[in-house]
Amino acid sequence: MIKILKYSFSDLMRSRWSYAYFLFYFLLGMGLLFLSNDLSKAIITLMNIVLVLTPLIGTVFGVMYFYSAREFTELLLAQPIKRKHIFLGQYLGISSSLSLSLILGLGIPFLIYGIGGSGQSVNFLLLLMAGVFLTFIFVALSVNITLRHENKIKGFGYAILTWLLLAVIYDGLFLIGLLMFNEYPLDSFTLLASVLNPIDLSRILILLKLDISALLGYTGAIFRNFFGTDYGMIVSLGVLCMWVIVPVGLLLRTAKKKDF
Amino acid sequence: MKRYKVLFFVFQLLVCTTVHANVLDICSTCENKQIGKAISLANAHDTLLVQKGVYKEFALSIDKPLTLLGVGNPTIDAEGKGEIISVTSDSVNIIGFIIKNVGISHTRDLSAVHLYKVDYFNLIDNQLENVFFGFLIEKSHHGLISNNKVQGEGKKEFFSGNGIHLWHCSDVIVEKNHLSGLRDGIYFEFVDESKVRNNVSIGNIRYGLHFMFSNNDTYSNNRFENNGAGVAVMFSKFVNMNDNLFIKNWGPASYGLLLKEIYDSEIVNNRFQENTIGINIDGSSRIHYKNNDFIRNGWAVKVTGGCYTNKFEYNNFISNAFDVSYNSNLNDNLFINNYWSNYTGYDINKDSFGDIPFRPVNLFSYVVNQTPETIILLRSLFVDILNFSEKVSPAFTPDNLVDEAPLMKKIQW
Amino acid sequence: MVTLKNINKSFGSVNVLQNLTLEITPGKIVAVLGPNGSGKTTMIKSILGMVLPDSGEIEVLGQKVKSEGTYRNKVNYLPQIARFPDNLKVKELIHMIQDIRNVKGNPEELITQLGIEKYLDKRLGNLSGGTRQKVNLVLTFMFDGELYVLDEPTAGLDPVSLIHLKEIIQVEKKKGKTLLITSHILPLVEEMADEIVFLLEGCIHFHGTMQQLREKTGESQLERAIAHLILNNND
Repeated sequence: MIKILKYSFSDLMRSRWSYAYFLFYFLLGMGLLFLSNDLSKAIITLMNIVLVLTPLIGTVFGVMYFYSAREFTELLLAQPIKRKHIFLGQYLGISSSLSLSLILGLGIPFLIYGIGGSGQSVNFLLLLMAGVFLTFIFVALSVNITLRHENKIKGFGYAILTWLLLAVIYDGLFLIGLLMFNEYPLDSFTLLASVLNPIDLSRILILLKLDISALLGYTGAIFRNFFGTDYGMIVSLGVLCMWVIVPVGLLLRTAKKKDF
Repeated sequence: MKRYKVLFFVFQLLVCTTVHANVLDICSTCENKQIGKAISLANAHDTLLVQKGVYKEFALSIDKPLTLLGVGNPTIDAEGKGEIISVTSDSVNIIGFIIKNVGISHTRDLSAVHLYKVDYFNLIDNQLENVFFGFLIEKSHHGLISNNKVQGEGKKEFFSGNGIHLWHCSDVIVEKNHLSGLRDGIYFEFVDESKVRNNVSIGNIRYGLHFMFSNNDTYSNNRFENNGAGVAVMFSKFVNMNDNLFIKNWGPASYGLLLKEIYDSEIVNNRFQENTIGINIDGSSRIHYKNNDFIRNGWAVKVTGGCYTNKFEYNNFISNAFDVSYNSNLNDNLFINNYWSNYTGYDINKDSFGDIPFRPVNLFSYVVNQTPETIILLRSLFVDILNFSEKVSPAFTPDNLVDEAPLMKKIQW
Repeated sequence: MVTLKNINKSFGSVNVLQNLTLEITPGKIVAVLGPNGSGKTTMIKSILGMVLPDSGEIEVLGQKVKSEGTYRNKVNYLPQIARFPDNLKVKELIHMIQDIRNVKGNPEELITQLGIEKYLDKRLGNLSGGTRQKVNLVLTFMFDGELYVLDEPTAGLDPVSLIHLKEIIQVEKKKGKTLLITSHILPLVEEMADEIVFLLEGCIHFHGTMQQLREKTGESQLERAIAHLILNNND
């Protein structure tokens, strides 16, 4: 597995997409930091972009990579190594190379700007962590889709749909749910619904750390009470981990039974 | 220099107008070593000249017209034993002292300086440290509270008092004071015809200024910063608020300014910056909001109900998360000719007003008003899409809540 | 060497392999022929463990085929389409496959023979289809195996390389290795194959030598013999 990871990582790190992705974040980070000069605001803007883009890019790259690597995967399958090592290696290769682009792309501008001394460094690290988690989650989801659909167009469609579902539609349904049942106490529902979606969970974890959390008012206080505790932190980390582990487990199971 | 001029003037005034006035010196080597004893020895209209030093005294009761003048900032230290100076006579002046360590009581409002039923008082150039209440002034009229510094060390609302607390007073000027670490910086209840100006009220536990049942007052050029809740102005008429700064009142239940049941007032030339809510307006009518800056607040203006005939004109709304939030009918309130940084319209005829109206209430702020829990979707992609589509074709936001002629450029004043 | 017993495999409602039984003897070059969709690739992939049959048993080199058997140490597979990670260099890929198999191969001779020394430092994404197929050949033949499975090995090769390929195959045959080849190039099959397996609609319609095929169909040319088999089936 490590061998596959090593080679697919070094393949991907040299691809022009990785450079483009890195460069995008780099320029974004430089621009936001040095033009706005307000770290807290820069982090909010970055958060908005990272929470939309990392899942989308993870999805699109995951699908593209696994479809284009299909023939090579077949060659690997004929080699004396376990299937799960091939897929786990490729999955980790693509997730970690995307994550590296993100971390370097945003990290370098922040280091140049000198985040080390300021109180925002924890928030910044939290943002990076959320971005990395979302990358691993959405690559895993998209790989699952490519394994279940031979038809590239179909697979691509489903992958985008999955992204749309979690990034947009989920919040829409969430909002409708809140509006429909606003006669009832909604605290636990709100908490549950936002913990279950990894994008919402990441957004709230970051928001709570920023000044803007004051806007969340009473609802925010409930969330802070929950996430402020060790229990809340463990639950949210656990949920994020489950969002990686379950799709990866599913992926390995599918791969094991699949005909190539 | 200015300070000494004032002092000199006051001094001269006292010396020249009082016929039988004597001057008593108080110091560690003087005949009078204690302030308390000197007060009881003094005749009405005498001046007590207190020299530099530390006087460990409390419960000083002034029941005749006197001037206590500190030379070189003498310190009166009550060591937490209770109320320090209590005044029950007209024409008392307390000038130039450091007064510190009032005790804490849960049954009595212990203060550094307590005035009761007193007219014509001057409290000038004092520094009040570690107080429960600072100046506690009841049923008193025609006074000046100027250039004092009041510091509390309150951590919780229960264990702290107010800096300058006026109850049933009139014709008082509160100016150039610095208030911090108190429950409320300045507290007005039933205070009429008074002025609060050039004060700085920072980091108080509850309100920078707490203002109730007080009519025909003006507060201007004050700075209210980083107070627990902000400034509350309630149940009053004919209040003038101008040139004040309301900044960084940033917390889940904070606002720059709370208006509750305020009528016939002017709010002009103020700056509301980085508050969770710039102005929270509840049941207030006939108020004129003009030339105010609302910068980087969560909500610039939040209107909660029962408001009539308010006019917002020539204000700057810049980079607020929500410009206006409304949970009731618009009634006859008017927004016109304001500058909105969120405005994306154009001005073809170059009259410096936008040609298409601006709707300051976005859909999300409308939804949040209906169901507060939805705020948790703040800054999610869905909400951005929602607001955008609502902007393109409004379906939910109140039709009549518009600025028909928004300004194209930020207004300078 | 390779034994397939009553193999059934369907994709959805399509029965790709129907009760297929086949035994391949060692040391032979066996050509698998059949029209498109006859199940050639599926059969080959079942032998490699890439396709898992619905029923039946497959044994390769004495081991039952599961998706993760060690017999694949002795099996060298040449996939039909040569596509590799775009950003790896040729020599990195060659190194990678040896690394994965944990076996040192002998790529040098093949590299010289196929004339791809000058491409070793090039990225695979920049190579032409023919060159990639040559790299594919190197990856397959650099290991010393027992069974070679070649899926359309001639795709994209120029005539000179085709000659080299034939030489390579002959060398392996002389070493006593078994080769399983699918190809559309009938003259090549005619020239090299010891045995022919003809597949049609998931069933084996003929398995035997060239000579036996000629006798059975009465046609001297392979092309015609195959056509004869297909037509007979349709009757």
